[in-house]
Order: sequence, then C-alpha cells, then structure tokens
Amino acid sequence: MEKNISLTLKVWRQNGPKEKGRFETYKLETVSTGSSFLEMMDILNEQLVNEGNEPVAFDHDCREGICGMCSLYINGRPHGPDDDVTTCQLHMRKFKDGETITIEPWRSAGFPVIKDLIVNRNAFDSIIAAGGYTSVSTGGVPDANALPIPKPDADEAMDAASCIGCGACVATCKNGSAMLFVSAKVSHLALLPQGRVEASMRAKNMVAKMDELGFGNCTNTGACEVECPKGVSISNIARLNREFLVAKFKD
Amino acid sequence: MSTIFGSSIGRKLLMSLSGLFLVTFLIVHLSINLLLLIPDGGQMFNVAANFMAMPLIKFGLQPVLALGFIVHIIYAAVLTAQNNKARGSAKYASGNNTTDVMWASKNMFVLGLTVLAFLLVHLIDYWVPLQITHGAASITIDGVEMHNAYALVNAAFADLWRVALYVVGSLGLTIHLTHGFWSAFQTLGLSNNIWRKRWSVIGIAFAWIVGLAFSMIAILQYVLFQ
Repeated sequence: MEKNISLTLKVWRQNGPKEKGRFETYKLETVSTGSSFLEMMDILNEQLVNEGNEPVAFDHDCREGICGMCSLYINGRPHGPDDDVTTCQLHMRKFKDGETITIEPWRSAGFPVIKDLIVNRNAFDSIIAAGGYTSVSTGGVPDANALPIPKPDADEAMDAASCIGCGACVATCKNGSAMLFVSAKVSHLALLPQGRVEASMRAKNMVAKMDELGFGNCTNTGACEVECPKGVSISNIARLNREFLVAKFKD
Repeated sequence: MSTIFGSSIGRKLLMSLSGLFLVTFLIVHLSINLLLLIPDGGQMFNVAANFMAMPLIKFGLQPVLALGFIVHIIYAAVLTAQNNKARGSAKYASGNNTTDVMWASKNMFVLGLTVLAFLLVHLIDYWVPLQITHGAASITIDGVEMHNAYALVNAAFADLWRVALYVVGSLGLTIHLTHGFWSAFQTLGLSNNIWRKRWSVIGIAFAWIVGLAFSMIAILQYVLFQ
C-alpha cells in the first residue's frame, strides 16, 4: 500500500574537503513510500532549490543497483536499513511516518569528503589500477565448454565479480579496511583460467597499493559482508590471504 | 619475503601464528591444571609442575612462550593503532547499527588487555614464587625435593575474591578466543564458505571448554579442597 509519510532529515553538509562540516535539519512533509531513497533526496533538493538554498550534493548514477556510485550512511548503516540493496534500491516504505533519518557520508581516512555526502573513492580506482585486470585481452565470450571451468568455481567467481566497488565495506569497517573489495577483485580473476596466470602478482600488487593508501588491517569482524549490497562473502578474504601468503613465500 | 611483515596481511599472519601458538600453550596449561582436581593431596600436580620447571623447559621453552606473548601483544597494539588511524577522526553521528557482528570481534584489543591484566596477576601469584624468588614451600615426593605448588594454589583459592578474579579472567579469555580461534585460520587463508562455519563452531566450543574448565578448577578448589 502506497501512502505518504513526513520525515525529518539530519543531513551532513560540508562545503569542501578542507571545510568544517555540520548537520542541517530539513523537514519533508510529503514523501511517497513508493519512492526510492534517492528520489526522496531529489524531492529534498527540489525543495531546497525552490527555497533558494543550495541542494545537497550526493553521488548517484544508474539508480538500479549495479553501478556502485550511490553511497550514504543512513541511520547507522551503509546503504540504509535494508539488506543486500544499494541506497538507490532502498524504498521509503522502510521508514516510519515522522521518523528522523540521519544521513552521513562514508567516513574513513581512505575516503575523504569532497562535498556534503560525496566522498573521494579514487583509492579504489588506484587499487584496481595496481592489478585488478588481465594484462592481455582474453577475447570475447568463449564457446560453451571450450574452456572447462568447474561449476562451483564459476559460481564463486561470479559472486565475487558482483562487487560494484561502492565502498560500503570500508564505510562500515571499524578498521577502515578495504579487504572485502580487494579480495572480491582478486578472487573473481583468480578463480578463472584467464585471470589465474597473473594471480600471484595481482594479489601482491593490489594489497601493497591498499596498504600504501592507508586502509586498515582486517580483523575479521565480518561487518563488511553484512553491509555489502551484493552480499560478497568474506571467504574471498580468506582466499586473498591464501593467494598473498603463498605468493610471498614463493618469492 | 623481505616485505611480507611490512604488509597488512603479513602483520596479521604474525597475530595468527602467535595466537595459535598461545592456544597450544593453553592446552598444555589446562592439561596440567586438571591434575588439581585429582584428590591425591596434589601429588601428581606437584610432579607435573616440577617437570615444567626443568631447566630445559624453563630456559628453553619459556623464552619462546614469552616471545609468543610479546609478538601477539606488540602487533595487537600496532594493528589497533593503524586501524584507528585508517578509521579516521570523523565518527558517525548515527553510530553503528550493523547487526550480526560478533561483539568479541569488535573488542579484541580490550579483551586482550583484560587477559593481559589477568596474566600479570597470575604470574605474580604463581610464576614468581615458584620459579623466580623460590619463596614457595618445599615437599619431597619419591625422594625428590620440589616446590609444593599444590599448597600454593590451594592456599590462594581459599580466598573467594581470588576465585572470582580467576573466573573473570578465564571468561575474558573465552570471549577473546570465540573470535580469535576461527579468525586465526581465516588469516592463514585456511578457510572458505564451509570451513568458516567449522572453524567457528570448533573455536567457540574450544573457547568455552577452556574457559569453563579453568573456572571450574578455581571454583572446585574453593568448594571441595579447602
């Protein structure tokens, strides 16, 4: 049943990377429970523009949960109170009429705030650039059974590849660790023959870049797995540890 | 190889290996302590304690054990400091409402400090009088003169507050191990979707067996052997 709810929003506003931020409180009188969280943000921004105020800056792109652009730390959880969805897939029916919603940017030393709710996630791009690829083109989709891959491996690779690099894992981690992201990227390539060739090099280079960028040390709390909108498993972290340690001991 | 311990996974490897080494020590320690529950006036316990004070063990293995503790504690401090830095100074105003995260996993450093505080009390209670000052009384068993470690333990557990302290220390260790045990195998990479569940179950069972056994020894010493 669609209905309208009214909300109080506590939104983090920050003019620039070096500026001091603060919370601003806004009231929204009519929000349809059928709208998505980002549509609610659009409504807020329209209201702000109409009042002659500056709209809230937030990241978004595809709005169907596959691009990894949206973020937002909503009421104590990255991507809000629902499980296994991104903020753009979060429906307003998950909130109660009259509820106060606190909206913050990802907070982590590795993700400095650029403006309002937008953080700089270039660190993830740098980690990918350090090894998250195959050095040669492996061509298009191979013919079925031309390259036999055990079904469990194919499934696990696909699950790891579902990581959209949104950074929720880092945002929720008490250690500011990027291990879930790095392990997903290392895993989905290491599990397939095309990526296996460079697996050792990739694990070493991506971990080195991750450490260099100041991400924390994983302590296996598992919070990342809970908050990951794609449900990427921490068994990938075990695989990364294995790949990395074996590669280092071989050297 | 040169940079392995300079990497985050390398530092965690040291935590993992030193932690598992300390777990094996716990098994030896508990095995000997269980002799305290044999109603023979402490004879077997004294013989075992005397064996553990042999020069080879005292000067050969104890330094290794101490090194295990030191590595584990120093790296815990280093990793915690680095992680706090990585987390950044800005805190979430709306806190953390992530569910299904084990409390122990988020408080390993504090739990570790609890265990360390207990360890210091424990060393002062027994290790110092038995192996450093030799202030403990002597007893002769089968013609061999040795410290009456049993009498020392028995006298110590006549105080209810000390029994309570040891129970608290043991349970602190239990909670530390409920996360630490499986986490060590995860760090070594010896885990996947199946083994993660197995290590967790084994770890939690091991943690409670160790913690409750140490607690029971202290309690039964107070209740039955005074």
